[in-house]
Amino acid sequence: MSFELQASLHARNFDMSLSLADGETVAILGPNGAGKSTLLGVISGLLRPDSGSARIADKQLFNLDDGTRLWKAPHLRGTALLAQEALLFPHLNALDNVAFGPRSAGASKVAARETAQHWLAEVDAMPLANRKPSQLSGGQAQRVAVARALAAEPELLLLDEPMAALDIHAAPLLRRVLKRVLKDRKAIIVTHDVLDAYMLADRVIVVEKGRIVEEGPTRDVLERPRSHFAAGLAGLNLVTGTLTEEGITTPDGRVFAGQHDSGWSPSPGQAGVAAFPPSSVSVFLGDVHGSPRNSFPVTITDLEPHGDQIRVRAAGGSAQALSADITPAASADLGLVPGMDVRFVVKSALVAVYPA
Amino acid sequence: MNRRSTFGYHGVPRWVYAVAAVGGMLVVLPLVAMVAKVNWPQFIPLITSEPSLAALGLSLRTSAASTLLCVVLGVPLALVLARGEFPGQRLLRAFVLLPLVLPPVVGGIALLYTFGRQGLLGKSLEVAGIQIAFSTTAVILAQTFVALPFLVVSLEGALRSAGNRYEAVAATLGARPTTVLRRVTLPLVLPGLASGAVLSFARSLGEFGATLTFAGSLEGVTRTLPLEIYLQRETDPDAAVALSLVLVAVAVAVVGLSYGRRRGSAASGGQA
Repeated sequence: MSFELQASLHARNFDMSLSLADGETVAILGPNGAGKSTLLGVISGLLRPDSGSARIADKQLFNLDDGTRLWKAPHLRGTALLAQEALLFPHLNALDNVAFGPRSAGASKVAARETAQHWLAEVDAMPLANRKPSQLSGGQAQRVAVARALAAEPELLLLDEPMAALDIHAAPLLRRVLKRVLKDRKAIIVTHDVLDAYMLADRVIVVEKGRIVEEGPTRDVLERPRSHFAAGLAGLNLVTGTLTEEGITTPDGRVFAGQHDSGWSPSPGQAGVAAFPPSSVSVFLGDVHGSPRNSFPVTITDLEPHGDQIRVRAAGGSAQALSADITPAASADLGLVPGMDVRFVVKSALVAVYPA
Repeated sequence: MNRRSTFGYHGVPRWVYAVAAVGGMLVVLPLVAMVAKVNWPQFIPLITSEPSLAALGLSLRTSAASTLLCVVLGVPLALVLARGEFPGQRLLRAFVLLPLVLPPVVGGIALLYTFGRQGLLGKSLEVAGIQIAFSTTAVILAQTFVALPFLVVSLEGALRSAGNRYEAVAATLGARPTTVLRRVTLPLVLPGLASGAVLSFARSLGEFGATLTFAGSLEGVTRTLPLEIYLQRETDPDAAVALSLVLVAVAVAVVGLSYGRRRGSAASGGQA
């Protein structure tokens, strides 16, 4: 493993350990305040944890365990940080911004500018070389910031929601640039966007409340989520409970029937989840005769447009939030309003059940 | 930047204008009265007499030197006050700002008991053959003493409002703290530093009480323009008024320079 970290910071209720292989890009997903930025701060040396240690290959970044107090200053770490805002130095033009890292490493003015030109070209920003940051659009500035971070030749690149402050037209270009430059590069990217995770990351780590709650290859985590946050990103309903022959049973006794993985042999009492798309849920008023399986009384909390459908959010007895997607016509026919008691019926053929 | 509302309404009661007019008159009227008193036919000879030119030259030289000293000492002070974290930080800030509210003559006495012959450091300096009190060096020290807070206050404000996000980015790009200071922090707060330096220069130029107490009034050595004006007032009121007008002109230029700079930086400071 070429990057390893274990750190805890009590004041922020933060305790994580993770590692990256060479050339691996990891996406950190999680709700606001989950500790994503804290993680990047600890790695880059801008924030000091109470205990823990980290190293890149043989280089120890910090070690605060076992009575040692090793703490490498940020400029000695080789962990360039790219934030939500480009934060280009306003008094330098784009080229000199990019040349900043090489200059700081001791390169001559001429050599640093050559390096800077190379990286500006790499992010398709060569024509912007002589512009001041105030003359750049958000997307252009962020591309220059990417070049600036790469020109510092970081051993580990840290990206803190680099696309979050961009408008929807600028984000795709930057995403393509990042996809190209992050290939075969060690990087950690904090993001809110599933697309970023799919396009840029080999692996995702889901964090909640300062802890890692789920990790794995991007596709696995987003197609078979085990945490509510990942399920939300993937646009799936997620119900947690105990695995049974039929599906899963929630703590309050509801049974979600579904499809087990092929070849799964039940071990009773094992914790499991049921995941299903909102489009597999239908909404009925009153009792459904014949009591089909997977039918649950719920109370509508919200109605909102979702593509060309209406997304009906509702809470059941176990307080596990569920969503259903129905057509606007159906919603109008049923006269749905928040606060209404209805019945959700889930097609069991579309419910995936797997161990948590 | 236009911060006026899109509507014409500004909500200032009319009587406020009346009081404000009185306040404005308090500043403008004495200046007008002085200009009215100027002996114009003799103006040029009065301000180019030998003692006048000596005093003006000394004032400009010592003020330039003390401004330089303010920058050299004030930049580190403002940095540790704005960015540092250490015990006694608030106390240090309070003491640095003290000369702003202290009567200058008290500052002069304090300096005398520090650098004078019998002073805290003066005794040792005397042994080493260095005499500071009643020399041009004393003038510069007195001016620096009263002018330093202007630079520190103005720069500390600029440092605080600039925040330290650029510095954090620069550090992760591999820049040592000294490189960050030289290539990022100082260029970012340059407008604040410049207006602080201009204010310090103006304060040094007008320094009177501390200079008279600590440096005395020796022509060509410690008699700066304000001291010369005070002396001339007794013997040659016309010369005093003419020299006063010179100081007013310099003050107006300084205020214009610093105000123009601030407006300029506000207009170009839209970068987030």
